[in-house]
Amino acid sequence: MPVKRYLRQRFFPQLWCAGCGHGQIMASLIRAIEELGLQKNNVVVVSGIGCSSRMPGYLDFHTLHTLHGRALAFATGVKMGRPELNVIVPMGDGDASAIGGNHLIHAARRNINITAIVMNNNIYGMTGGQSSPTTPVAAKSTTAPLGNIDPAFDLVELAKGAGASFVARSTTYHSKEMQNMFVKAINHKGFSFVEVLTQCPTYYGRKNEGVSPTEMMKKFATTTTSIGSPKKKENPELIERGVFVDQERTEYASSYCEMINQMRKQK
Amino acid sequence: MEAIKDKKNLQVVINAGWCKSCGICIDLCPKGALGRDNRDKAVWQYPDKCIRCGLCELRCPDLAITLQEAEEEE
Amino acid sequence: MKRSNVATQKFIQGNEAVVEGALYAGLGFYAGYPITPSTEIAEQLAEKLPARGGKFIQMEDEIASMCAIIGAALTGQKTMTATSGPGFSLMQEALGYAVMAEVPCVVVNVQRTGPSTGIATTVAQADVMQARWGTHGDHAIIALTASNLQDLFRITVEAFNMAETYRTPVILLIDEVVGHMREKLTIPAPGEYQVVDRLLTSVPSGIDYHPYLPREDGRLPMSDFGGVHRYNVTGLIHDMWGFPSTDPAVAYNLIHHLVDKIENMELEIARYQEFFTEDAEILLISYGSSARSALQVVEDRRKQGVKMGLLELNTLWPFPAEAVRRNSAGKNYILVVEMNMGQIYQEVKKAVQNPERVYLANRFDGIFISHNDIGKVLNLIQGKGV
Repeated sequence: MPVKRYLRQRFFPQLWCAGCGHGQIMASLIRAIEELGLQKNNVVVVSGIGCSSRMPGYLDFHTLHTLHGRALAFATGVKMGRPELNVIVPMGDGDASAIGGNHLIHAARRNINITAIVMNNNIYGMTGGQSSPTTPVAAKSTTAPLGNIDPAFDLVELAKGAGASFVARSTTYHSKEMQNMFVKAINHKGFSFVEVLTQCPTYYGRKNEGVSPTEMMKKFATTTTSIGSPKKKENPELIERGVFVDQERTEYASSYCEMINQMRKQK
Repeated sequence: MEAIKDKKNLQVVINAGWCKSCGICIDLCPKGALGRDNRDKAVWQYPDKCIRCGLCELRCPDLAITLQEAEEEE
Repeated sequence: MKRSNVATQKFIQGNEAVVEGALYAGLGFYAGYPITPSTEIAEQLAEKLPARGGKFIQMEDEIASMCAIIGAALTGQKTMTATSGPGFSLMQEALGYAVMAEVPCVVVNVQRTGPSTGIATTVAQADVMQARWGTHGDHAIIALTASNLQDLFRITVEAFNMAETYRTPVILLIDEVVGHMREKLTIPAPGEYQVVDRLLTSVPSGIDYHPYLPREDGRLPMSDFGGVHRYNVTGLIHDMWGFPSTDPAVAYNLIHHLVDKIENMELEIARYQEFFTEDAEILLISYGSSARSALQVVEDRRKQGVKMGLLELNTLWPFPAEAVRRNSAGKNYILVVEMNMGQIYQEVKKAVQNPERVYLANRFDGIFISHNDIGKVLNLIQGKGV
């Protein structure tokens, strides 16, 4: 079966908790890479720190497990060093939007050809369930025992505002849709951003929903809707899924290479 | 999946070593073809009910489920 | 781009000498963020690097700059960033990553007065200990410095060579005076100075490659990202494939390796210059711009018949203890000249046989230490009053 071909199987079973959505996202990403027919030697996966960031260790690509929040900064160096490589950056919500928020908006602004995947489970899992910038108001965490009062980021709006030229959102319930978005995002020439809503049964679920991983997944079916669906008008609370932005814009690494060529002609 | 003509040839193979017993495959199987063994691991309990839709494979967080042709089985 | 095959002369500032040295060494990628007094390095490279097919990027901060040069280094590029105190503080975490993941790169710190924002435009040498211990955990580091442009050019090339040889970040720890000082630089013809290129693995495709298994000579051949070997790079304690491990034996061996590969090479890495030390009764020890004033004191006193010598350090870390010990032996006393509250002074006291005879002449108020400042301390030591 195709998925196993891309795994460093000796590290399995992976370390994520039972029912954690991160494995589902990893599987969809592998299927997208398989569908695109990318050569393993042409893929670099760069991550930061957190549950999400353990993904590269399981993948048989060039893998770079970096510092908390800094994956996109490392990835920028990789992409500039060898622009022909496909650079994919899986991140967690805290990793991407708290400690790494600055790098996220600037990678988006530059429109550098990197695929950023934010696995948003609304919590810091690796450290044991603290609030993140995407923890909803009133949700409980170990650092918000009485309920969170910090307003949450809408990561799609954040990426759009920062100038990402491809912005999409899916969930772990919508495996095929997620896979299709990864395919489009990796194919996109420019900075692509995919938010995947995912479940953390251990730390978010236990404190807030008290339900099984399956029930947490199923919730994504009822709390989200496709972009443009009439359901959104009936219930404005619904979170939209789909491709929000897909624009052609000058890509950073290639325009730098163009500049080099022009400078060399002038000499 | 489309390339395979006779889906009946497909088997749901579950790698018990990788399965963490989260129950997602069992809960989301549209036909109730999966169950649990005495260690709580997922098993393909009712092959007759199975329509080989592949949703269990798609959604298994542990990458423990494979739909594969019977001959392929080790 | 025409490149001269003969030596060329330039009248430039120290920061530009770093640029010239880096280009001579084969710099391919620079990431940086503006900060006084290092900014000229970024400005020069923004123009000169793409003209040679290299790449420059202005990142969103110094953290990102340090991370980006590590990422680019893993694709096979020789990489560098430059900053000053506050930016160097921000780089510490990623600097430790480069130590742990054994990624060659060069980090320039043009020291200014600290702590914190301090005085942005004035000189200091107070980041010596930060260069050594700024990032957390047991580790070793290479830090180099120079007092004039010709040495600075040479030591910049050596910084890249050592980064490649030992697979480590190398800190080029210069100061504001050297960075902004203008003097003549002769750029040697290509080939005149040795340039160490990346040691790549000879392990062919399909054979298990161990990115973190040292050869018999201690070196670790690399494989570029995008090449035939797919491996893992992490800041976690890792095994010889680069995969995370919590095995105490793996941790023990890795930390030992990271420290030993540099500390055991003290003699190979030590760069220093001895001025009039052979018959000297009094030894000055200095480095960076302070060494210029120290040398003037030595030359002045020699004219007065005082047997004084200078040991100028170009390697600060690993501390060249052997050179300090050897040159200090038998001296009446030793005077360390630096622009901080005694960071190298303490190291010298640790290294020599007679620590009670080690004195300090220093300034740390943003004013360049002059030969007069040093002369006053010499008078005090000799009981002549100020």
